Amino acid sequence: MPRIVVDVMPKAEILDPQGKAVHGALPRLGFNAVTDVRQGKRFELQVDDADEATLAEVHKLAETLLSNPVIEDYAVSVEGAEVGA
Amino acid sequence: MKIGVVTFPGSLDDVDARRAVRLAGGEPVALWHGDHDLQGVDAVILPGGFSYGDYLRCGAIARFAPVMTEVVAAAQGGMPVLGICNGFQILCESHLLPGALIRNDHRTFICRDQVLRIENDSTAWSTDYTAGQEITIPLKNGEGGFVADAETLDRLEGEGQVVVRYVGGNPNGSLRDIAGITNERGNVFGLMPHPEHAVEDLTGPGTDGLGFFTSAIKALTSV
Repeated sequence: MPRIVVDVMPKAEILDPQGKAVHGALPRLGFNAVTDVRQGKRFELQVDDADEATLAEVHKLAETLLSNPVIEDYAVSVEGAEVGA
Repeated sequence: MKIGVVTFPGSLDDVDARRAVRLAGGEPVALWHGDHDLQGVDAVILPGGFSYGDYLRCGAIARFAPVMTEVVAAAQGGMPVLGICNGFQILCESHLLPGALIRNDHRTFICRDQVLRIENDSTAWSTDYTAGQEITIPLKNGEGGFVADAETLDRLEGEGQVVVRYVGGNPNGSLRDIAGITNERGNVFGLMPHPEHAVEDLTGPGTDGLGFFTSAIKALTSV
């Protein structure tokens, strides 16, 4: 059964306090290479068939429920293959 | 005047909100998230708390609760609707109010008595205050940072839709110190601090919160 992945990220211009907290912890642990961290969410959706109609539905639900378009962007991919947002 | 208070799974301040309605002279009506029924109320309050555990995003799941179909329709028809804290988040997720509320910029939950300035005293929920008046009511939130794009913020300020602003230090990173906003029509009001905890001298910092509830009752009585 194919799996559709929806990645949701805070928009670039929106403050991401969680990402900042993670970023702030890194130097304390001796990790100094990372210059910024953004934290998002990953949803793995199991479907019977990743056809066009299903993908259209996933885009709709990603926009309606999984993300808040005011503060977040989402991207949809199937089995690791990017299909656009 | 009957004012309904919706209880969602995880609502915390529904009982305090009903008590505030009663102290303000209204008749509180308990509404249930799972019912497609507003029981003939004249106004609705979405109370504070952590509806659906704040899973996904604050208010994101509550927005699709059965009762919200009726609340959204009634709000669009002009019924006074107040969302406090989690209720404000639900109103934003429902697109009844613009913008969104994100985690506090300092990343900690904050609980304190907060000074606010009334900016607009002509909404359904604020006529018992005067513009420029400062009030003190409790604030308690982890995700109370109000954000919107610059164009939306300019419009909110230009149209007088900023009803309440933080004074004496911004507690959560809200843009332009915004603590509460209304829609264009002035009947839907979202507020991050908690007026329902400031309605009696015995508890809380005073009775400064009562005016929001008495305002709505007056607005309804004068219709």
